[in-house]
Amino acid sequence: MALPARREAAQAFADGLSLPKGGWAGPARTAALARLVESGLPFRRDEYWRYTDPAPLLAEAPHVADDTAASAFEALERVRLVFRGGVFDAEASDDPKAAGVELLSRAGGSDIHWARETYGTLEARGQTPVARPLAALNTALAPEGVLIRATKPNATPVELIYHVEPGASEVFLHHVVRLDPGASLTLLETGTAAGRGNTVLEVDIAEGATFHHLRTQGGDPARQVVSHVFARLGREARFRSFTLTAGGALSRNESVIELAGEDGSAHVAGVAMGGKGVSQDDTVFITHDAERCESRQVFKKVLRKGMTGVFQGKILVKQGAQKTDGYQISQALLLDDDASFLAKPELEIYADDVQCSHGSTSGAIDETALYYLRSRGVPKAEAEHLLVQAFLAEALAEIADPALAEAVLGRLTDGLAELR
Amino acid sequence: MLDIKGLKVKLEEEDKAILKGVDLHVDAGSVHAIMGPNGSGKSTLSYVLSGRDGYEVTGGSATLDGADLLDLEPEERAAAGLFLAFQYPVEIPGVGNMTFLRTALNAQRKARGEEEVSAAEFLKLIRAKAKTLHIDADMLKRPVNVGFSGGEKKRNEILQMAVLEPKMCILDETDSGLDVDAMKLVAEGVNALRDEGRGFLVITHYQRLLDHIAPDVVHIMADGRIVKTGGPDLALEVEKNGYADILAEVA
Repeated sequence: MALPARREAAQAFADGLSLPKGGWAGPARTAALARLVESGLPFRRDEYWRYTDPAPLLAEAPHVADDTAASAFEALERVRLVFRGGVFDAEASDDPKAAGVELLSRAGGSDIHWARETYGTLEARGQTPVARPLAALNTALAPEGVLIRATKPNATPVELIYHVEPGASEVFLHHVVRLDPGASLTLLETGTAAGRGNTVLEVDIAEGATFHHLRTQGGDPARQVVSHVFARLGREARFRSFTLTAGGALSRNESVIELAGEDGSAHVAGVAMGGKGVSQDDTVFITHDAERCESRQVFKKVLRKGMTGVFQGKILVKQGAQKTDGYQISQALLLDDDASFLAKPELEIYADDVQCSHGSTSGAIDETALYYLRSRGVPKAEAEHLLVQAFLAEALAEIADPALAEAVLGRLTDGLAELR
Repeated sequence: MLDIKGLKVKLEEEDKAILKGVDLHVDAGSVHAIMGPNGSGKSTLSYVLSGRDGYEVTGGSATLDGADLLDLEPEERAAAGLFLAFQYPVEIPGVGNMTFLRTALNAQRKARGEEEVSAAEFLKLIRAKAKTLHIDADMLKRPVNVGFSGGEKKRNEILQMAVLEPKMCILDETDSGLDVDAMKLVAEGVNALRDEGRGFLVITHYQRLLDHIAPDVVHIMADGRIVKTGGPDLALEVEKNGYADILAEVA
């Protein structure tokens, strides 16, 4: 389809939507819808959607069962906020106000709010050089989400717990986080929001602030996830994001990160696993726009019977971003012959004094190591499990906090057991 | 203990016979050495006994205390009491040496219907064994064999042997790549394990390892067969005259 025709189709699609009205968020929603019409809906022939067919994401959303598994972070002290079918469940949640968390549905209607500067702003910046129409759609439509302004270090972690509500097969959630200078916050996301969950997280991290993001994506075999994380880092700011995907039908997780101040650091990592009918895609774009920043992308996928794993990762080093240290690795362990891994690592560098490395591998389990372990009495399944865990270790090491890493490891071990 | 009768083995991928009828019997409490020129089939024998892929048994048998080894998975052979110290110990990035050893020990105990060893008991056990082999805490923490020197790798093999306490130990060219001091250390580790209930099969090219691990019986292997068997003197003869004389004699 040529672009004007796609624009018309997108316009027709947009005309059929009804946006939440009023308040400071109103203009941002209208602008986002215009961005969606401008870029058109995603389709397979887009270079950006070459490995993951977006068609299922535009069809009717599937109905799925709720996640029954307890949160991976049960053992940690945190503020729990529960969303059922995308609607905040006050009774099942801790008091959001006590944690300094506001809800988009309530705060979005007022005339002035700090989130106004951020809502849709980072998403809009993330539309170039690559259009992300499903994120624009989210900004336009999302009726709910959290607005968090972290003002001090060591705030209590906030967990967003998603549950399915039978009436809501497609759910849009849009979260905005702003960290003041020197503040730190950990945001956790768990569960399945709906048959199709479309989430956007915009994070503005001021000078010297630290943001940790961890999420586990639910495993219903039909569920779809479209997620976008847009982050902008100031001077000496720290950003870490880790995603565990086990199962589901389709997961497209995009991260768009801008290192805008000197000496910033951004780490994005993930582990994905699954079998037949599972399609999982990590698409990352990191822009270095200041000196002496460091970025790491570490993605590991364990693929069984017919699963497809996708990685598209880019490091863009702008002119003047000297002393950049960029690292990117994506690796797949193919446990069956019919699994496939598609990777597109990209580097685009306009500064001359930088250090950037990238690597991508896919392969089967190391037979020699397997034999060695078995010759010492370790049964085959257990030996394979040890080797899979070893394969994933580098990605897990990206979770700096030991308690969080342990929580994720527990969930990961369960996921691997189900894969056997 | 170990009883090998008329064992014939070919490569799985190609039509090439490697073992052409090996007969060997190792009693509990004794140390047998196998010497032989390159390509005689010594390492293949150790791989086939431990269950490595890539070989096809075309005849004969191998049993350990009556258990048919060739019918068992590698892990079952280990649980039955067989241990192979590798010529080239395998590096396993991401798997800690301690985790590896404890997993192996408990898997074997579980397979034999014995109680698993707790983390605290294991720590005590491994510290004691590691000390005598001059293996420090750092080596125990590192991933299996990763970044180990040749000597460290071989000592790590002997440590595994000491922890797992197998009935039948096969050492495949454990002396290769070792300097004299490292070889002494390894030999001491092996000698400490010698007892009435345990058999050893030491595969080596050279007499010098046998200076430290004194064998009861020495076999010469050539072209896939045991061609001569004798006492410790046979190893000295090889050292002095090479294999040519012996091979000519049996031909």
